[in-house]
Amino acid sequence: MKYYRSHVLVCAGTGCVASKSLAVKRALQEEIVKHNLGDEVLVVGTGCNGFCAAGPVMVVYPEGIFYQRLKPEDMPQLVAEHLLQGRPVERLMFTDPARKKTVPRMHDISFFGLQELRALRNRGIIDAEKIEDYIARSGYFAVARALMEMTPEQIIGQMKESGLRGRGGAGFSTGMKWEFAAKARGEIKYALCNGDEGDPGAFMDRSILEADPHVVLEGMTIAAKAIGAHQGYIYVRAEYPLAVSRLRIAISQAREYGLLGTDIMGSGFDFDVEIYQGAGAFVCGEETALMTSLEGKRGMPRPRPPFPAHQGLWKKPTILNNVETYANVPPIILNGAAWFNRLGTEGSKGTKVFAVTGAINNIGLVEVPMGTPLRTIIYDIGGGIPNRRKLKAVQMGGPSGGCIPESLIDTPVDYESITKTGAIMGSGGMVVIDETACMVNIAKFFLEFTQDESCGKCTPCRTGTKVMLDILKNICAGKGTEGDVETLEDLSVTIKNASLCGLGQTAPNPVLTTIRYFRDEYDAHIRDKICPAVSCTDLIKFEVVSDLCKKCGKCAKACPVMAIKWEKGQVAFIDKQICTRCKTCIATCPFRAIA
Amino acid sequence: MARMNREELEKTKQRHQALINVREGTARARVVVHMGPCGIAAGARPVLLALIRELEARDISDVVVTISDCAGQCSQEPVVTVYCGAEQPVVYAKVSEETAREIFIQHVLGGKVLDRLKIEEGTGR
Repeated sequence: MKYYRSHVLVCAGTGCVASKSLAVKRALQEEIVKHNLGDEVLVVGTGCNGFCAAGPVMVVYPEGIFYQRLKPEDMPQLVAEHLLQGRPVERLMFTDPARKKTVPRMHDISFFGLQELRALRNRGIIDAEKIEDYIARSGYFAVARALMEMTPEQIIGQMKESGLRGRGGAGFSTGMKWEFAAKARGEIKYALCNGDEGDPGAFMDRSILEADPHVVLEGMTIAAKAIGAHQGYIYVRAEYPLAVSRLRIAISQAREYGLLGTDIMGSGFDFDVEIYQGAGAFVCGEETALMTSLEGKRGMPRPRPPFPAHQGLWKKPTILNNVETYANVPPIILNGAAWFNRLGTEGSKGTKVFAVTGAINNIGLVEVPMGTPLRTIIYDIGGGIPNRRKLKAVQMGGPSGGCIPESLIDTPVDYESITKTGAIMGSGGMVVIDETACMVNIAKFFLEFTQDESCGKCTPCRTGTKVMLDILKNICAGKGTEGDVETLEDLSVTIKNASLCGLGQTAPNPVLTTIRYFRDEYDAHIRDKICPAVSCTDLIKFEVVSDLCKKCGKCAKACPVMAIKWEKGQVAFIDKQICTRCKTCIATCPFRAIA
Repeated sequence: MARMNREELEKTKQRHQALINVREGTARARVVVHMGPCGIAAGARPVLLALIRELEARDISDVVVTISDCAGQCSQEPVVTVYCGAEQPVVYAKVSEETAREIFIQHVLGGKVLDRLKIEEGTGR
């Protein structure tokens, strides 16, 4: 067997590819050939490593040295020093911003060190396009056990005991879901995978599909055995071309090895999987809409009951689980339910993956045990807020979720505690918001999204969100009137109670949570016609506050229409005749002296 | 490609175990060839390649052969350090292709430290 003394794992996830990691990989390979090291050094393109903010990233094993923000020009030095002479290149390493020290090894970087990888256990360590890499990490051993040694009842028993809950948003018990479908009568049943990740800012499912596609196939096969399905579909959005192509490769490899298809591993069990590409409608993440879309019709939800476990795809008993849920299944079968539920809280077992983004230093993908305080994720793993700004809120759960204010930063992240704040766990989107953001505007942003994505089938969602959005637009434009907040609250209750599906039932959440925690900002907009965060353009006076102005002149230099008069040692002055209200000066001023 | 059954799966996993050992640090032993300019000049590369050939020929998957920079004992190059489990690392000096093979078989595989090739610890000789 060929042995390579150095393995260079270059991240080829979507984030790093966007920052040109493929050019870095090409330059690396050229240098390796130049130094005649092709026989000793193995270069692998992996799925998402998780530390997207530092991309393009690379890890060199066996030392485990982490390199970041790489350019093709860095490769000659990296090869000549590290790969040829065993001398790691310090200038390309990660610097801890707090201690101002370079941290050579990946596992010593707090972003990685504090994570607990289960659903992401193969990220960045295997070649996503090689089934052998997956097998070397005990891949398909869980399927072997489930098909040869376990009855459907035993599989479902393990799943129920593990306490695994759906990672797509609603958090329903996976074992119960499987049990309903297993008990449903019918010759033909289906096992589906929901890869229609629609929340703005969420990218954990894409990451798993890109980095470890086989784990989803393995999880689906186990589910199929549990409920008695022989056909599965993965519904994945067409905007994820890399995920789709890696899935295709994985499916064909699994078929070749007899791990999908007829008589899997000689067990007599048949199961195959097809990919269905969705066009990216947010509502198709809802289970009944997804199934309608799979049937070739316009993706719209339908009332439940009947539940999909009894009448789902083509009116046959069907289960639908999210990508991350399936990624948790093989290790549960392999290591047992007790191993899984050792981590987590009373009602939320295991780990959860979060896509941490927004006003935070370490943007990326984070997997932590359920119950980890929000503070740990934001400050210890996420590295805090950039530009010396203050944290204002954390938006969780996407358009269906809500804003958790800074005062609740010690909330443990589990289903129950997050629901108590008015937000939801959702699929794990976590958008960090700093003091420069206006909370009314944030609520407006999310409502614009749900309003746009509402399928139009039921009136409360179609019309209700439109009326709410109009009120929010008025408030932000300085046309709010007394009683608007109460109207928003009234409408929210009706929309939540009367909408047909989850989209409408949760759409008011961002509005309700911002009213609950940031009522003063709504009142300032409505009564005083002021936007305290200086964000809503219509409410900004575009005047320099002389007490705060440090006379640095940065605003004058940044103004694209030269509307700002400034001389050394003088407070700046904005000429409103020339000013186009573009807000460049506000973004530039380090002292927030423009109001 | 052969259809998988339990045995085939196990065999495939074994065959690719070396891959994972290099990346996860799960190997039983680690053999480090010091590759500073001094080491390379003294012939560290042929030593490294000889060790890799031994590993491949014997299909060993639980030992990692790798490189590191100058060990600070330039007069003794090529220098090879062997880390076996929790034992104290052993530093060998003036290693040739021939003695590299001997170290690999006797020490890494057999567990017997070769005293005649070992540098006395701390003296740098």
